Amino acid sequence: MAAETVTKTTAHRADRLARLAASVFGDVSPRAMILLGVLLAVLLMAPWLVNDYLLTILIVVLYFAFTGQAWNIMMGFAGQLSLGHAIYAGIGGYIAAVLFARFGIAPWLGLLAAMPIAAVCGAIIGFLAFRFRVAGVYFAILTIAFAEFARIGFDHMDFVNASAGLFLPVTQYAHNDLWHLRGNPTMFYYVILAAAAFVFVLCRTLLKSRIGYCWLAIREDEQAARAVGIDSFRYKMAAVMISAAITSFAGVFYAFFYNNLFPEQVFNISRSIEMILGPIIGGIGTLFGPILGAFVLTGLAEGLNTALVGLGFDLPGAKQVFYGVCLLLVVIALPDGVWPWLARLIGLQERSQ
Amino acid sequence: MTPLLSLQSVSKRFRGLVAVDAVSFDVAPGELFAIIGPNGAGKTTLFNMIAGAIAPDQGLINFAGESIGGLPPDTVCRRGIGRTFQIVRPFPALSVEDNVVIGALLHSRDVVRARESTRDLLRRLDLFGQRHRIAGTLTLPDRKRLEVARALATEPKLLLLDEVMAGLRPTESDRMVAILRALNREEELTIVLIEHVMRAVMALASSVLVLDHGIAIAQGQPEAIVRDPAVVQSYLGANLVERI
Amino acid sequence: MTQLISVWLNVTVAGILTGLVYGLMALGLSVIFGVVRVVNFAHGEMMSIAMYLTVLLFSSLSLDPLVMLVPIAAVLFVFGYALQAGLINPFITRPEHSQFLLLVALALIIVNSLLIIFGPDARTVQTAYVFDSFEVGALIVDATKLYAGAAAIVVAALLFVFFRFAPLGKAIRACADNYTGALVVGLDVKRLYALTFGLGAACVGAAGVMMTLIVDVTPMIGPTYTLLGFVIVITGGLGSMAGALIGGLLIGVTEALAGLLFTPSAKSMFAFAILVLVLLFRPQGILGRRTI
Repeated sequence: MAAETVTKTTAHRADRLARLAASVFGDVSPRAMILLGVLLAVLLMAPWLVNDYLLTILIVVLYFAFTGQAWNIMMGFAGQLSLGHAIYAGIGGYIAAVLFARFGIAPWLGLLAAMPIAAVCGAIIGFLAFRFRVAGVYFAILTIAFAEFARIGFDHMDFVNASAGLFLPVTQYAHNDLWHLRGNPTMFYYVILAAAAFVFVLCRTLLKSRIGYCWLAIREDEQAARAVGIDSFRYKMAAVMISAAITSFAGVFYAFFYNNLFPEQVFNISRSIEMILGPIIGGIGTLFGPILGAFVLTGLAEGLNTALVGLGFDLPGAKQVFYGVCLLLVVIALPDGVWPWLARLIGLQERSQ
Repeated sequence: MTPLLSLQSVSKRFRGLVAVDAVSFDVAPGELFAIIGPNGAGKTTLFNMIAGAIAPDQGLINFAGESIGGLPPDTVCRRGIGRTFQIVRPFPALSVEDNVVIGALLHSRDVVRARESTRDLLRRLDLFGQRHRIAGTLTLPDRKRLEVARALATEPKLLLLDEVMAGLRPTESDRMVAILRALNREEELTIVLIEHVMRAVMALASSVLVLDHGIAIAQGQPEAIVRDPAVVQSYLGANLVERI
Repeated sequence: MTQLISVWLNVTVAGILTGLVYGLMALGLSVIFGVVRVVNFAHGEMMSIAMYLTVLLFSSLSLDPLVMLVPIAAVLFVFGYALQAGLINPFITRPEHSQFLLLVALALIIVNSLLIIFGPDARTVQTAYVFDSFEVGALIVDATKLYAGAAAIVVAALLFVFFRFAPLGKAIRACADNYTGALVVGLDVKRLYALTFGLGAACVGAAGVMMTLIVDVTPMIGPTYTLLGFVIVITGGLGSMAGALIGGLLIGVTEALAGLLFTPSAKSMFAFAILVLVLLFRPQGILGRRTI
């Protein structure tokens, strides 16, 4: 009797899982699934295929694929342009770093503190903006103001060592300690790969669920969305808070990968702009856009850098000029981003475009 | 019988201009109520106040016995009032089906169930065949029916239609009239419509309110209204009355 | 006691003079937004171009910044005109965040190009009178700040006169007030937009020249001034020229006083706090029109 119930429960669970998987990936065309599979396989094997330098670049690419998708939730799905997203990464990084450096608390536990705090920070910004009807470009300026406020604030905060920077204790690089995020680049690579993949699945799930539909409605026409009963304030707040919480993980990763944090760099507007380049160039509001954007942008930028170095030029800032030019070209010529154009070309289309 | 919708002395002014001046009327459950009047008479402002897009300066708006004046649009929708817009506003980048699904999400637990519940509605509004088309690519009559379908998906007890016949050819307009009549009869849906197309008003409405410069100048049955000298003077014109 | 008052007085006056230059910079931003309805995210960066030009010409030709005011402003005018005509006018029907991002891209390009060309080290303009000051009782005023402030007043006054009385100025105001009306009356709106952007750029160019007398020049100064410009313009009122000047004075003085009361490097925190408060409670600013 008991055995029957057990098999029934497992069967029931498996069935529910299968249905969830079907709803999330059900209407993805076979072509897309194959391409996805190939991409994933290649990425999984990367540490064996490339040298350390390229691996570091891939880590950066996946980092931006991660943050780009997180930012995309706020902008692409809910339509709010944030140019101060670095604040969430910064908060996440500093919280986890301080907890580890001062109290020896593992980053994964530190994350449990960082995410809610980042979400609250997002909630404050969101509340102020949405309650007081600060929208569009003004919202962007508001987010910049908050990030700058954080930058200067942390720069003077002795608790986190202010502008001198916070350094994490590094005892060894030899063996991998996943719990404390200490180890060689390969470990970090898989962590960020898993994170980027997780966010991808999360975004897809969100998009296909009730909250995703409401977000799209708000993005398309907020007044019309309200007229069909959608409480736009609540859903916009949810988008901001989810986006903020996810971005905070990027900060934690950054802190433990680079082992140091300087407010001037971490909260800098350049970080915020770097985060948005991928999704804008790849395609706001799409699922693959941020990922493609991250690959294209970082890949080309590193290529340019290598070429310049090879020719004997050491130009700090050349990468940023390149980013600026790419952004300019995309805004002018491909306003929807590269992915929609590419998808049309190879016959894959996303529903939310 | 207690009215489903009741406005008492509702007023709204925008800086110097009085858009709606102490307008009162009742709409009984199951009624087809039309509001007509020249452009700028305050009809859409009235709708916006009922639907919650703007708040009245004075007066009471009661729906199903509860005061709704000043409530936000999403709350009003949840109470059971659906609306369309004078200039059609479907969600342009989403499909026809997704548009209606979003409306259905108000009462459905999840997207799958919502999608199922929209099948009948789409068929009823002659949109089932086009359900996968992107809303922005539809013709105007189709977009109008889509907006009605989306509003209906929220299962309203009262539907506010703002010039839903505008821009439609007589055949399309007749089609819409037939759909609305059927909804009113079969679902007991109360409908309040702003209209300029008198053909539709005469065919649909059991009661008409005439607004001019924010003031209610006449109210009653359609046949009586079109003969009312004040109405003829301000809005209809003698020629039209002769034709009707 | 008098020592304390003297310090406060000097700091305030210095703040006012700097604030006048800020005001001129913000004036350009306000004019551009008020007429063309474009939020110029590259404003501070354009100013930094003017500043570097000043530094360059000063070090190679020993020309005093105030003498170079007109030519450099003219160069920036051409730059602004070309920018509007070439990059913004063709895409005028795009959503507003599109134009915003375009200017974000431009800002990125400018800042880093300057970094590549000039390097990260600070440059200064050491004029003959750099250490001079005027004394009026307890008041000690830096000569550089005084000249800068005076020049700012002159340029702002010229701009006011232009918009009030010159036919071209009136035409531009017409575009701002009523785009369709202006078209109907036969004004070449796109050309007027380009002219306006050029004027705004010339303003910020002039402000940049004056700024070299007050601060050191680094590539990263661009974004800082862009943000400061936003704070001033939003506080004073987008689209209001007088508002920009008043906002500039306000920010100049609060910055100076905050630098006195707290650490100097934290003074921009106040600017941002003011921005947030204004955005929340009075988004149209002190003198702005409620078109937002």
